[in-house]
Order: sequence, then C-alpha cells, then structure tokens
Amino acid sequence: MRKRSGLRRYGAGSVHPGGFYWQWYLIPALLLYSIFMAYPMIDSVRLSLFAGTTGTRAFVGFDNYSRLFTDPLISKRFLNAFGNTWVFFAFHMLLQNVLGMMFAVVLTNRTMRGRTIYQTIVFVPCTIAVLVTGYLFKLILNPVWTGRILRDAGLAFLAKPWLGMESSALNIVSLVSVWQWVGIPTMMFIAGLQGISDDLIEAATIDGADSWKTFWKIKLPLIMPVVGMIAIMTFVSNFNAFDIVYAMETPNGAPNYATDIIGTMFYRYGVAGEHPTGIPQPGVGAAISTVIFIMLLIGVIPTLSRTRRKED
Amino acid sequence: MAANEKRTKSMRIANMHIPSHGLMLFWSIIALFPFYMLIVNSFKSGLQIYANPFGLPTEWTLANYEYIIEASNFFMYFGNSFLVVSVSLFFILLLGSLAAYALAHWRSTVSTAIYFFFIIGMMLPIKIATIRLMEIIKSLGLMNTLWSLFPIYIAMGLPFAVFILTEFIRGLPIDLYEAAYIDGAKRSKIYYSIVLPLIKPALATVAIYNLVPIWNDLWFPLIFITADNQKTVLLAVTKLQGQYATDWPRVFALLTLSALPVITLYLLFSRNFVAGLTAGAIKG
Repeated sequence: MRKRSGLRRYGAGSVHPGGFYWQWYLIPALLLYSIFMAYPMIDSVRLSLFAGTTGTRAFVGFDNYSRLFTDPLISKRFLNAFGNTWVFFAFHMLLQNVLGMMFAVVLTNRTMRGRTIYQTIVFVPCTIAVLVTGYLFKLILNPVWTGRILRDAGLAFLAKPWLGMESSALNIVSLVSVWQWVGIPTMMFIAGLQGISDDLIEAATIDGADSWKTFWKIKLPLIMPVVGMIAIMTFVSNFNAFDIVYAMETPNGAPNYATDIIGTMFYRYGVAGEHPTGIPQPGVGAAISTVIFIMLLIGVIPTLSRTRRKED
Repeated sequence: MAANEKRTKSMRIANMHIPSHGLMLFWSIIALFPFYMLIVNSFKSGLQIYANPFGLPTEWTLANYEYIIEASNFFMYFGNSFLVVSVSLFFILLLGSLAAYALAHWRSTVSTAIYFFFIIGMMLPIKIATIRLMEIIKSLGLMNTLWSLFPIYIAMGLPFAVFILTEFIRGLPIDLYEAAYIDGAKRSKIYYSIVLPLIKPALATVAIYNLVPIWNDLWFPLIFITADNQKTVLLAVTKLQGQYATDWPRVFALLTLSALPVITLYLLFSRNFVAGLTAGAIKG
C-alpha cells in the first residue's frame, strides 16, 4: 500500500481531485484519435466481411478471406506478397539490426575519436523520404547510366539491370531499405549500451574478459529488452512498407510481382484497383489489412503487457 | 621502464581503434555516396551527366534548379507541405499535452484504460485503417483537399505524444503544483503557467518524432489528393519525376530540393533528432 499524504488522497498517484473533472482535457484528443484512427482500424475489420463500396455494399461473410486464400489469382498474389514481405523482413532483421548492433558497440567505445561524426553520418539517410531514396537508387542502379563506367573499369559483372531481374530485384530493394534505416537500431543500441554501468565492464576486464566476451556475456544480455523492442519495430514497419517498392519498382511490384509486398498489394486491391479490371475491391483490401492487423497484434500484445507490468 | 613504455605504446595503438575506424569509414562511404551522386549530378547538364556520372561537374550549372522552381510551382507544394506539418504538429502538441496532463494527474482504472487505449496506437500503423478512412474522408467532403490530411496526421501523432508527455509530467516533482493546487489555482492556469513551460524538452521530442514522418508521408496524399494545387512536396515529386523521366539532372535537382528542409534541420539539431526518433523504444 502506497503511503498517501496531502493531495494524494484523491486516489493512488493522483495529485488532484480525480474523476471526470478531467474530461475536458481528454475529450479533444480522445475524439480525434478514436474517429480517425481507432474506429476506422476496427471498422476495417468489419468491412472485410462485405463486398462493394458505399451504396452497393453487401454482406458476404468470409468470402473475401476465402478469395484471399483460395481464388487462383488473388491467392497466388497474396502468398507471393506474403513471402516477399518475409524476405524483406529477414534482410532488416539479420542485416540492418546486426549492422546496427556492430556500429553501436564500436561507437560506444569512449576512447574512440570521431564518434559523433560517424553517428551523424549513419543517421543521415533516415531523415530523407523513402520515396526520394527509392528514386535516387533507381537512377544510380540504372545500367544504361552507370553501367558503361563500370564496364570500362573492368567491373562488368556489376553492370546488370539489378532492378529488372526477378532473381535480384527484391534483394536490391531490401538492401536499399537497410541502407536507409540502419541508423535507427544503431541509435537505439547506443542508448541501450550507454545505460550499462562502467563498473560492470571494468570488473569484467580486470577479470580478464576480452571485448568479445564482454559483449556476449555482459552487454548483449543487458540490452536484450532493446533487442526485443527493435525486433518488434522491425516487424511492424515491415508490414507498413510501401514507398520503397512504389518508387523503385512501381506499385505493381515489378518485375512480374517479384517485389510485390503486402503494402503494395493492399494498395492495388483496396485503393487503386488491380490489373486487369482496375476497379478497387475494398472488401479484399479490408481482408488484407485485417490479416496485417492480426499479425501485428500477435507481435504487439506481448510488448504492451510488458509495459503494463512496469506500470503497475 | 622499457616494458612500461612498450605497454603504453601498445595501448596507444589499441586506442587508435584501427578496425573500428575501418568499419565506420567503410560505412560512411556507403552512406554518403548516394548523397554525393544526388547533389553532384543536380549541378550538371544533361550531356555531362551521361558522359561522367561519378565525377564532379566540369561546369556547375543552376539551370536545373531554376527550371524546377520556375516551371513547376515548387514553392506552392512546399507551402502545402509546410502548412500540413505545422498545423498537424501544433494540434498534436496541444491536444497531446492536455490529455497527458490529465492522465498524469488523474490515476484511476478509467484513466489507465484510456492511457493504454492511446498507447496501443503507437504500435499499429494507421495504414491498416485506410479502407474505412477513405469513406470517412469522402463523407466529410474533404476528398482532394489538404484538409483530409490534418485529422489523420493529428490522430496518428497523438499516441506517441500522450505516451512521452504523460511519462514526462509524471516524472516532474509533485511539489511544483501542490502549492498551486492548495492555493486554489485553476487547472487551466496550472497547465498553462506551470506544466507547459516545464515540458518544453518533451514537446520538442514529440515534434521531431512526428515532423519527419509527416513531411515524408506519401501514402495519404497519394490516396486522397489529385488536385495539383493541393499536392504536398512528396506527391509532387512523384508527378514531376515522371514528367522529367528523360531529363535526369532535373530529377536530381528535384529530389535534392525535396529532401533539403529535413536534412538541414537534422544537421542543425542532430542531437535532438536522434533523441526524438529513438525515444519511443528506449522508454517502451
């Protein structure tokens, strides 16, 4: 039982008369957030049980889902996009986050010079729009432009239409995204590592642990919460990705849907209209977003319950 | 003595961190090379760019920038983006700080529930609400106007604002307001004259955290806006990029211009940027 004194008598932790006096402070934010975020998110789940748009909307039960998983064309696209999204995720998890960890370990070494400059440089790409990154790399990777110089330099094997080949397009798009976002895990790991007390590291060093051992036995276990947090953020942003494919490979996930991810497929089916009809199918779009919603909740709820425990 | 000297020398070499610098220099080149290509090529003429993609311009020209600024209404798009960002940020900070003040000072089951209702929004991208949002925006008659973006960006920014500001206000010593409450000061006065000035650093964090994604958002303008005079910079970039497809120096100048404001802000306030953009994960 918490000791209550003075103004705290109005309820655990409250410093002022509690209750609904506070409504006027909460209602504006609550209204906006509910109407434009929470409600449409939840209602999109309901819409996944309907076909057609406003006016022509008809209840179809789980038909949209069965189309998503069994319709020869839609299910082919969906499974393809789903698989591609996991490849995209793997690149970020295994390359971006591991690189970020390496950079963070190096950049938290107090005796190293120029750390601030390196940090600034690693983070610069995070500030530009994904769209700009995409267009920029599309030009740089164009073999018509840079290819000739590469061939002249004896690097002909590099002068290929990387973005136009089904075998490489998704990998290149993922690498470009890793290039852009590696600064985020770097900075988070740096903040995590800086929180480790020097005494611990010093004690380990005196006991003869080299930096390799200190990392695996002390630093990594201590920043595991940050690792988990970053894993979940990577997971979430992965299902949110759209711009990079839009800019580099069009919303159709060219070539031949090799770079089609959940984000681009959602855009085509739910918003813009999918080839060949070109008519959006909000029901199918809502079904796709519901699948994303459920996947994200599976990832997010454990984090949230952890925060809650901290709260109590 | 000699042994000692030897040790200092080996320590000095260890302190030079040669492999670490090697790694970071290697990545710095990878990170900066695209920027080099972007900027350098935006100052070349069409012929130069094909003959010499990697080198510095033999003749620096501003023609590409002049063309974009004169021929494409670029400042109008800029103005639109600026308006969207500043209005959205203002309301995120205002509504977020009001709600956070309430949630920090009123503890009950209801307030905890409201708090978690907000927080869950931090982890869910608003994109998955798109199908319903399109109909809401349509029925409000906001289709094809900048107005469609304001409520969405404000709603999207609120969870993080409420989270950071509530934690921050809870961390302030209670003594600060206790006297004012006892004197019978109104809550609105306490909010305005005590809470707001104290939470300025947290407001800056929230502003920066939201500034970059709002300025850089493509999804909602792409879906809601087709009228040219309502376009944001990024949406205009998609259009102009297609128009200039064969004129690469112009595309480079266009991309440079659109990225310039945020990069400039970042280079000026890099410390706050990093703190702002990573705050969510550290505290969560």
